[in-house]
Formats: sequence, structure tokens, C-alpha cells
Amino acid sequence: MNRAKNRAKNRVTDYALTALLVGAGFFGNAGPAAAAERLIASLTNHRVMITSNYTGGELVLFGSIERETARPARDGPYDIVATVIGPRETLRTRRKQRVLGIWVNTEARTFVDPPSYLAVLASRPLDAIASADNRRRLRLGIADTPLPELIHNDIGEVSNDPFRAALVRLMRERGLYSEEPNGVTFLTPTLFRAAISLPALVPIGSYTVDVKLFADGNLIAHTDSAFEIVKVGFEQFVVNAARDHGLLYGLVTALMALFTGWIASVAFRRD
Amino acid sequence: MQIFLPIADIPVNVFLLFAMGLAVGFISGMFGIGGGFLMTPLLIFIGVQPAVAVASVTTHVAASSFSGAIAYWRRNAIDVTLALTLLAGGIVGTAGGVALFTWLRALDQLDLMIGLSYVTLLSIVGVLMVGESARAIIRSRMGKPAVLRRPGSHAWFLGLPLKLRFKRSKIYASAIPVLAIGFIIGFLGAIMGIGGGFLLVPMLIYLLRVPTATVIGTSMVLTFLTMVSATVLHAATNHLVDAVLALILMVGGVIGAQFGAHAGARIRGEWLRLLLGLLVLAVGLRFAGQLVLRPEDLYSIRLIGGAP
Repeated sequence: MNRAKNRAKNRVTDYALTALLVGAGFFGNAGPAAAAERLIASLTNHRVMITSNYTGGELVLFGSIERETARPARDGPYDIVATVIGPRETLRTRRKQRVLGIWVNTEARTFVDPPSYLAVLASRPLDAIASADNRRRLRLGIADTPLPELIHNDIGEVSNDPFRAALVRLMRERGLYSEEPNGVTFLTPTLFRAAISLPALVPIGSYTVDVKLFADGNLIAHTDSAFEIVKVGFEQFVVNAARDHGLLYGLVTALMALFTGWIASVAFRRD
Repeated sequence: MQIFLPIADIPVNVFLLFAMGLAVGFISGMFGIGGGFLMTPLLIFIGVQPAVAVASVTTHVAASSFSGAIAYWRRNAIDVTLALTLLAGGIVGTAGGVALFTWLRALDQLDLMIGLSYVTLLSIVGVLMVGESARAIIRSRMGKPAVLRRPGSHAWFLGLPLKLRFKRSKIYASAIPVLAIGFIIGFLGAIMGIGGGFLLVPMLIYLLRVPTATVIGTSMVLTFLTMVSATVLHAATNHLVDAVLALILMVGGVIGAQFGAHAGARIRGEWLRLLLGLLVLAVGLRFAGQLVLRPEDLYSIRLIGGAP
């Protein structure tokens, strides 16, 4: 079952690869002009539909590194870091504390527009790819992604904040934040693929994929792509109705309850 | 079969929900109660957010009490004047409950409030029921006749102004205590997702001296009317009513209630009350445990809003 699925996936992969290589010349996005390399990347799908029985899925990113033949080849290997960022939402992290013997939410922090989804896929551990300085400058990895908090009326970063750590931990547990040091695989020295996993609870909206190419610890090229996650079908209709037409939705729901009750009283009438 | 609940925002098994509806329906049919006080905790225990559980169970109770009310209507066992007077208080109480619900949610204290209300109410009611039914069982074992509580002299609050005549129940009393009872039931119903039948019936019998012939039918009418208004108010203000969740529960509920009613007819009244009392107490203790024991995770996240 699983193998069949993989085979099917590989077939999709092959098509995508062909399309990528053919199309590379047209929609490839060049990195810094001075570099000897160009980075090209594409996704298997730019629109992911989520239906009511969606239990998670995967999106594959393909890329190729094109080297100018005139320049001498580099000694070290290439490294790729792909960062996928989902729509931003405001989140509140709360902490429980024991008050008079019971556990109560006492303290809370509001995080202003953190990504609702964040996946960092790399070909090696991030600390082997770039120096700490470079990682901070390029906002590489979850630890160096800014998650600003609302402090009184200001917005700022709080270092060593347990609320920030809890936010990241809870989001990781839900599969919404992830960092995979071997999430990018090189098929040939210049051709790579990365699987972006989308859990069942993945938020809807637009996602950006930022792909960076490193060699010898330096960023030498980057490109970006995007995809969209949309919910379709009855379920999304219900969500929209509940949010946009609350009163009407309530009335219809109440009527549904009365109808069910009436049907039951007719069906099971005994007198 | 997994299905994604749109508002609760979690995937659940349809058959699990349906079975929960059946089980709670069975119990509600057996004891003649709405079953909201069992359904809301069960939903919370399987991972539905307390706020969504409370709001959606109001819809489920609306359906089950409506089918009950129709049955009592056919038997002419409903005091319409009494039900409407209770309702006047009930709607104000429901609106107040929904407002408090919204406010507590903004303060991050809603889950705590729901938990505390359940612990308090269920422990008190559970202890009273177990005590009363145990005494009744012991009395009948010792061969003494059951003591029938005769309505004594009228309580002072029945003599307040605004007197109304409730013909069907053959009582003549002030509207003020009736409105107050309606208010309390509506208020608790909106906050806890319960119809309140298990509170309303004893209140009507012991406080207002409503005869047993009309008490359950009238209570059903009030339950269904307050739960319908709670559904509409929760949907309009908090957008937390999950229609899909409610539909699965109510279909299971109305079927289970039929079997429960058959089973209930075969058990002696005091044993039935003892069982219900123990059940109420068990749910209360489960909630108490949740509040007192150290939670697995001290931190939790709540979504406030999406960026445009």
C-alpha cells in the first residue's frame, strides 16, 4: 500500500522534473548576478485543495543548480535551505499556575503575526551550513526566525522567553513548525528535491517558499516560489457561513435541531 | 470514518460521535433529562475546545428536548403560561450567560469557569440526589411507606406582587420567583451547555409546588426554547456552534433516547435516581481532577485572529 503510494509519488516526481528542466529557461529566477550559479526551483503543485476528509499531505519542491561552465568548479559541496512560511496569525500563549489548589491561566503573551506554518528544510544541519552570524542575518532556522511579542503597547523580540519556547514547542507538536536537517536530498550534485509535509491541521492561505543556495558557508544564490492552500466543499461553506452570517447560521442550525426533534417524535410515536 | 469538524477544527471519528450521542441519548431517555451535562464533558474529554462543546451541545439539547416537548404536548401535560413566564426570565438569563461567556473567553478564563461551574453544580446535585435516593431505598427496605412530601403552607416568595394564575398547574403565585428560576436556568444553560432539566424539575416541584403531571412537560418546553435561543445567540456572537458536530450528536441522541425510555420504565424510581446521582457525581469528580491535578502542559495557544 505504502510502496504503491510511493511509486505513484515518484511518477508525479518524474513529470515534475521533466517540466522543471524544460521550463527552467523560462521561469527560472536568477540569484545574485555576480554569482557563478543560478538556482531554479519549482513545486509540484501551486494549489492544494483540502477536503473534509483531508488527513495530511505532501508537496514536493524540485530545484536545480546551474553553473556557468566558464568558471572553475567549487571544491566544497552545495547546501540548500528551503524555508516555507504560511499565512500569519496573531496567537496568544497562556501559562497555567496553581492558585488556591487549582490550575488557572495566569499569564499570557500575545505574539504579533507569527507564521502559522514554518518549515525549514536543509541538506545538512544548519550550523554546518552557515555561521551563527549568517544564520541570524538571514533568519535561517526556527531559532533565528523573529517572533515579535506585544509588550504593553510596543512590539518587540524577547530573548530567552519561556512563552516563545512554549509557542515553538506546541507548534512543533502539531506539525506546524518543523526543522529538518536532512529535508533536502541531492539527486545529483546539482539537482535536489525536498518534501514539504502538510499536516491535517494546516492553516489555509498563501504560503511562500524561499530557497537559498550556500557554498562554503556563504549565500550564493536564492529564489522563491509560492503556493496556496484552499479548503473546498461543504466544510468550508459551513466555516464561512458561521463567520460571515452568524445570526442566519444560528437560525438555520436551530431549525435543523427542531426538524430533527420533530422527525424523531413522528418516527417513534407510540400513542 | 474520519470527518473534519468545521468549527471545532479537529478531525474525529463519525462513529465515535454517533456512539456518544446514542449513549447520552439512552441515559437522557432513561432519566427524562436533556443530557447536556454529560455530553459537554464528553466532548471536552475527546479534545473539542470547551467553548465549542458548550455552544454545540445547546443545539443538540434543543433537538432532544423538542421531540420530548412534542410528546408531552400530545398528552396535554404542558402548562403554557408557566412555560412562557419561565421563558421570559430564561431569555434574559441566556443573553446574560452568553455575554459572560464572551467576556471570560477574552480573558482566557472561560475553560476554568466552565470547569468550576461543572464541579460545583454537579457535586452539589450529585450528593443531594445520592443522599435522597439512598434514604428512600433504605426506607422501603425497612418496610416503611414512602414519605410523600405534601406541599405545606405557601413559601413567602410565592406571595410577592405580580400574582399570576397558572391554570394547568392549579397554582396562583407571584411571577417574580418564576422569572428568577427561568433566569438561573437560562444563565447556567448558556455558560455550561446544559438544558438544566435536572435542576429545573426539582425547583418547580419543591419551590413552586408544581404538580408532577405538568412538571416534566413544562420543563421540556422551557429547555427547548432556551436552548434554541442559546444556539442562535452563540452563533451570532461567538461563531462557535458546530452544526456538523451537533447534527451527528442529535441523530444519535434521539435514537438512543427511545431505548433509554424503555429501559427506564423497568427500573424502580429511587434506584433510577441513585444511578443518576452517582453518574452526576462521577462527572463532577472527573472535572475536579482536571482542575486540581497538574496539567500535562502548562502552556496553551489560542488563535486571536488572522492577519489580512
